[in-house]
Amino acid sequence: MFDEFIWRALLGGIGVAVVAGPLGCFVVWRRMAYFGDALAHGALLGVALGFALEMDLNASTLLTFVVFTLALAALQSQRRLASDTLLGILSHSALALGLVTISFMERLRVDLLGYLFGDILAVTRTDLLWIYGGGALILATTVALWSRLVSITVHEELAAAEGLPVGRLRLALMLLIALVIVVAMKIIGIVLITSLLIVPAAAARTFARSPEQMAVLASVLGALAVLGGVGASLRWDTPSGPSVVVAAAALFLLTLALEAGWRRLRHAMHPAAA
Amino acid sequence: MRTMPLNPSPAPARIRSAPGEALVEARGLAVRAGRSELLSGVNITVHAGEIVTLIGPNGAGKTTLVRALLGVLAPSAGEIWRRPGLRIGYLPQRMHVEPTLPLTVRRLLTLARGGGESPVRAALEEVGAEHLERALLSDLSGGEFQRVLMARALVRDPQLVILDEPVQGVDVAGQLELYELIAHIRSVHGCGVLLISHDLHLVMAATDRVVCLNRHVCCTGHPESVLRDPAYLELFGPRAAGKLAVYAHAHGHDHTHAKAPADVPLP
Repeated sequence: MFDEFIWRALLGGIGVAVVAGPLGCFVVWRRMAYFGDALAHGALLGVALGFALEMDLNASTLLTFVVFTLALAALQSQRRLASDTLLGILSHSALALGLVTISFMERLRVDLLGYLFGDILAVTRTDLLWIYGGGALILATTVALWSRLVSITVHEELAAAEGLPVGRLRLALMLLIALVIVVAMKIIGIVLITSLLIVPAAAARTFARSPEQMAVLASVLGALAVLGGVGASLRWDTPSGPSVVVAAAALFLLTLALEAGWRRLRHAMHPAAA
Repeated sequence: MRTMPLNPSPAPARIRSAPGEALVEARGLAVRAGRSELLSGVNITVHAGEIVTLIGPNGAGKTTLVRALLGVLAPSAGEIWRRPGLRIGYLPQRMHVEPTLPLTVRRLLTLARGGGESPVRAALEEVGAEHLERALLSDLSGGEFQRVLMARALVRDPQLVILDEPVQGVDVAGQLELYELIAHIRSVHGCGVLLISHDLHLVMAATDRVVCLNRHVCCTGHPESVLRDPAYLELFGPRAAGKLAVYAHAHGHDHTHAKAPADVPLP
C-alpha cells in the first residue's frame, strides 16, 4: 500500500535509530553531546569537500570526521586546553572552512538544505546500503567492545589501572560516533543529528536497570520516533528530520510523565516505603 | 620506557605471593606537572602480606604516587618495578559513577571480573554487602558504596590492594569497621595493602609501616617510630601528635600524657 520511497524512508530511519541507540547511551553517560555537535558542524566541511572534489559525500564526510577525531585526540593528549575549548576551536574552524568552501560553488545551495535538515523521503538504495553496511559494522564493533567501553565509562583511571587501553578505546568510541553521524546525516540532517543520539537514550534512562537495557530501549524508542516522525511528515507534509526529532522529544516527555505517575502510584500503594 | 625492572630475574609464577616478597617498588621516583614538582626522590616498596599506610597533608602527592605505582601516570624520573603479572585491586579516591549510567552492584563487579557469578558473591560476602547485590549504585549510601568498591577491588583476586582514602564519607564507627575489614582481608588473602589516609589516629592500629609523604618521603617506619620522628611532628604539628600519643598510650607503650604539649586539650 505504500510507495517504495516510503519503505526506503522507514527502513533507513529505523536502521539509523537502532544503531544510534547504544552509542547515544555513551554520549549521555560520558557527556559527549558537544562532541556530537562539533562533528555535525564539521560535517558541513565534509559535504562541501565532497561536492568540490566530486566524490561520494558520505565518504568525504567520513574522511573529514576521521581527521577531526584524530586531531582532537592528539590535542587532548597535550592536556593544555580543556576538551570543550578544543572542540569549539575544531568545530567552528571546520564549519567556517565548510562555509568558505561552499561560497566558491554556485550551484548547490538547494542540495545543501537536504543535508542541513535531512530528507528522509529522498533516501536512495545507495543510502540504504550505507546505512545497513555502516550500521552492521558499527553494531558489531560496539557489541565486541561493549564491556570495555562500559568499564572506561564507569571510571577511566580504574580501567587503566586494570590494564585496559583507555586512550585507544576512547578513540574507538569517538570514531564509532563519527560513523553513526555519517550514516544518519542524510536522514536527520546535520543540524539535528545529536538529538537522535541523546533524546532516545535520555528517555530510556528512566526505565533501565542495566547499561544493556538502556541501549536496547534507546534503539526501540529511536525507532518509534522515526515511525512517528515519518508518519507525521507524510500526513502533514512537514520536513522529515525535524518531525522525527519532535516525535523523539514527545517520547521523552511521555517517559517523564510515566515515571512521575509510577512514583505516585507506588506512593499511594505503599505510603511508608516512599 | 621509564618503567623498567630493578630486579632482572623474574619472580616465579605463583597464585599467592610468598609473605615478604616485594610486589611493587619505586626508586628515586619524580613526577612533575608543568613546572611544579609533585614528587621527587621517592623510594617506596610494598611487600606481600603487609599493610603500608601513606599519610601526608592535602597536596602532598599521595594520589600522584599511587597513580604512578599503578602505571596510570608516567614518572618524569626514577624507576618503578612491578612484580610480573601482578594483579592489583584498586579503590580510587572520590569515585563517582555518572548517575545516568544504570549499574547494579553485581554488574559493577562482573565488569571488573569479566563475568563469573561465584567470585562476585564471595567478594560481596567478604565485605558484608551481599544484600546489596541487586541494588543500583545510585541507591547506595556512602558507607555501602565504599564497601562495594572494596568488594570490586577484591573480586579480581588481587595480590596487591591499593585503597585511596577508603573511608571518606563514612562515619567514625563505619571507619573503624572498614579498617578492621582491611586487616582481615590482608590476613585472609595474604595480599599486600597500600592505604592512603590523611587521618592518622584511626589508621595506625591497622598498619605495619607508615610512609609519611610531603612531595618527598619525610620519614618512614613502624607507626610508633614515625610518631616520634621530628619530620613527622613538623609536618602534622603537636596537636595530631598529642592525639596519637594518647592513642598509643592506651596500647601500653611508653608515650605519656606528659609528652603531649600542655596547651593541647586532650580528646
